[in-house]
Amino acid sequence: MNRFRLSERGAERLSISVLLAPAVAVIVLLFLGGLASGFLRSLNYFPLIGLNDFNFDAYFTIFTDNGFLQSLVLTFHIAFTSTLIASILAVASALLLRPAFRGKRIVHFFFSLNLTIPHLVGAIGVLYLFQNSGLVSRIMTGLDIIQRPADFPAMVFDPWAIGIIIQYVWKEIPFIGVIVLAILLSVGEDYESVARSLGANRWQAFRQVTLPLIMPGVVSASVIVFAFTFGAFEIPYLLGRTFPAALPVLAYQSYTDVDLAARPQAMAMAMVIAFISTLLIMAYMKLSRVYIRE
Amino acid sequence: MTTAPAPLPGIAPRTIGRTTIRWVGIMGLLAFLVAPMVPLFIWSISFRWFYPDILPSEYSMRAWEQVISPTNNVIGATGQTTLIALLCTVLSVLFGVPAGRALGLHNFKGKRIVEVLILAPIIVPGLAVVLGIDTMFIRYGLSGNILGVTLVHLVPTLPYMTLVMSGVYANYDVDYELQARSLGAGRWATQRYVTLPAVFPGVVVGALFTFLISWSQYVLTLLIGDGQVETLPILLFNFARSEPAIAGALSVVFILPGILVLLLSSKYLSGDSAAVGGIGNI
Repeated sequence: MNRFRLSERGAERLSISVLLAPAVAVIVLLFLGGLASGFLRSLNYFPLIGLNDFNFDAYFTIFTDNGFLQSLVLTFHIAFTSTLIASILAVASALLLRPAFRGKRIVHFFFSLNLTIPHLVGAIGVLYLFQNSGLVSRIMTGLDIIQRPADFPAMVFDPWAIGIIIQYVWKEIPFIGVIVLAILLSVGEDYESVARSLGANRWQAFRQVTLPLIMPGVVSASVIVFAFTFGAFEIPYLLGRTFPAALPVLAYQSYTDVDLAARPQAMAMAMVIAFISTLLIMAYMKLSRVYIRE
Repeated sequence: MTTAPAPLPGIAPRTIGRTTIRWVGIMGLLAFLVAPMVPLFIWSISFRWFYPDILPSEYSMRAWEQVISPTNNVIGATGQTTLIALLCTVLSVLFGVPAGRALGLHNFKGKRIVEVLILAPIIVPGLAVVLGIDTMFIRYGLSGNILGVTLVHLVPTLPYMTLVMSGVYANYDVDYELQARSLGAGRWATQRYVTLPAVFPGVVVGALFTFLISWSQYVLTLLIGDGQVETLPILLFNFARSEPAIAGALSVVFILPGILVLLLSSKYLSGDSAAVGGIGNI
């Protein structure tokens, strides 16, 4: 009997390994392999182009380079501002969409429509809306608020990355909002009603009852959004300045630089991005167990 | 008797006021969410649209004719994008469903490490990984062809599919399988008639979104494709600054599968389902 049980456990362990092996192999090979290869290159080890000795020169170069530091600050600004604005507006939207009203289904559908619209399309739409001669500028000219394109405030290719932030907020409101809305709908309004009947005003009921309930969802979604906005390439590549560029754009520029000596620096920047994301993964694992359930 | 009781003074106007405010808010929200699509659509049917005209002075289907004409390779790029996304989806389902089963149903030593490994590619930006992958792929002849691009798309899609399936299996009662087995069903019959019907909706939704994640990749294709693999996003980016009319038409083509998928899966899609977790990557 005992032996039978043992072999059954052994069989289970074997079957778990068999189930996991292909996926784990692919991820180890491509993801960890890519990171490891990038790390070696960042340490100046790249025999193919005649670099053979390990050193930290690339890291030293980028961290003493003013352009890199400006990019780093800009990238944090983009990620932080976008995530903050998107989270606040997403919570407000979810509260707005929670109660029963006529046409709720269709409104919810339009609310979730952006989830599947690629970032790139949103970025081009933002470009055509907010460039100097864009649709918004034309409407303002029509309303006699401005006279010519040059009067329109710079919202794309601008130092504050306004266009980039608008694009992220546009895309991420539904992402965070759908998660918050699902929590709100599953919790129901009973707790708030109790708080209200006990004398809490609307704000107190929201602050003391609703917010703590939705906070885990908001925070875990925000971590994903922050990581994405920190490392995304095409949106700042299309809507941002070339100097200072967002960190992923700077890394790409160094990687495609004709001067091969810039390669290790590109890899070092990639490692900085990966390192910051790793911190975010740890935060995410700590904060939430939503996506992988035990 | 049939007349409704008169509303208490002071309550009715307030309720109306609140409803109005809510609708103004909802309409403002939807307007903001739809706004970027408006100029794209107008550009796609415009012929002359100069500043400061709010609407084009002349309309035409020129951009759509360009999209269909073979000179711009839009049809080729659409086929290429579809092929890569299909291959990628098949591989993700093949590898991700079993892995999701292991994670969703079993506890084992080192599970936490596997979870982190699967979650990591979803959070670590593609660009940080692809620069290193590129140097590996060049050596093995995987740069500049469809196979290489498909493989690199697995980096975001396979973890996503695995996570979705681990959520699906976590809500699946494995006792049904044991019952079927005890009633004499073989391994294959059990999987076919018990497990598959139970997890099938999850697989379909996961596969649809996996397709979309691959469909919308830009920077991974740009670097690994090395100018040889022309997908829709690559084409779209190239037209974005120079040819707004064509870019507008391409954008409409580019978003169609996503809208279709959303229509098909909206029944299954809510924020607590694992499917939403990866959508940040599209």
